[in-house]
Amino acid sequence: MKYITLFILSFIFWLLLTFDFSVSNLIVGVVASIITALFFGKFFITNVYKLLQPRRYFWFIVYLFIFIWECLKANLDVAYRVLHPAMPIRPGIVKVKTTLKSDMAKMLLANSITMTPGTISVDIIDDYLYIHWIYIRSEDPEVYTPIIIGAFEKYIKRIIE
Amino acid sequence: MSNMISLIFITIGVLFNLLGCIGIVRLPDTYNRLQAATKAVTLGCCSILLGVLFHFGISDAGTKALVAIPILFFTSTVAAHALIRGTYHFGIKLGDKSVKDDYKDAVK
Repeated sequence: MKYITLFILSFIFWLLLTFDFSVSNLIVGVVASIITALFFGKFFITNVYKLLQPRRYFWFIVYLFIFIWECLKANLDVAYRVLHPAMPIRPGIVKVKTTLKSDMAKMLLANSITMTPGTISVDIIDDYLYIHWIYIRSEDPEVYTPIIIGAFEKYIKRIIE
Repeated sequence: MSNMISLIFITIGVLFNLLGCIGIVRLPDTYNRLQAATKAVTLGCCSILLGVLFHFGISDAGTKALVAIPILFFTSTVAAHALIRGTYHFGIKLGDKSVKDDYKDAVK
């Protein structure tokens, strides 16, 4: 089932990308999608029926807007640090505990962290995310965990888990 | 009107790309440079692609630009992740200004 879902998704993606509905193009698309599904099917989400639940899409759209807002803030923040003559940076790597369980959710969280103010995820080991932070505001895990992942974790939980 | 919007988006995009480049030059070590390189440049490119979408409308090129945004987003974050992890495992130290390193214990 999960191979078929991945096949359909990658075929839609192919159609959007090429935007050409001639027969030859469709055949190439089908072949490419089959190859993709065969190779990467086992890494795809395990429960594909989650894709059919509308409320997950609703939360995804809410998440998207929050994400774009955070992303803009991230860029203004980096711009400020780069252009400031004294360069106010205080970098380091911090360790953050996440409550998310599935691999897909952790991946989305790590990607979101990378795009938000001054943080890049370096590694995930079990439940811990290692994050490079350009300006460490606090040394205390209780204080910095909500600053880094607070905005995203609850939405990702609603979307994926 | 759509021409105007596309121009605004492309200008913002170029501006953010410029900021990202200044960041790569000015910031002190690899890790901080990656911060500037991923964030500013990704948003800059997404903004330019949005400008392209508004310029062409929903057509051949416009749809491709729209599809390219999620691809760019996922690839650039994964690339940044791989680069920064690779840098650390290669043995490059954090810069002099760094105040904290929790990852050191996890690598050993």
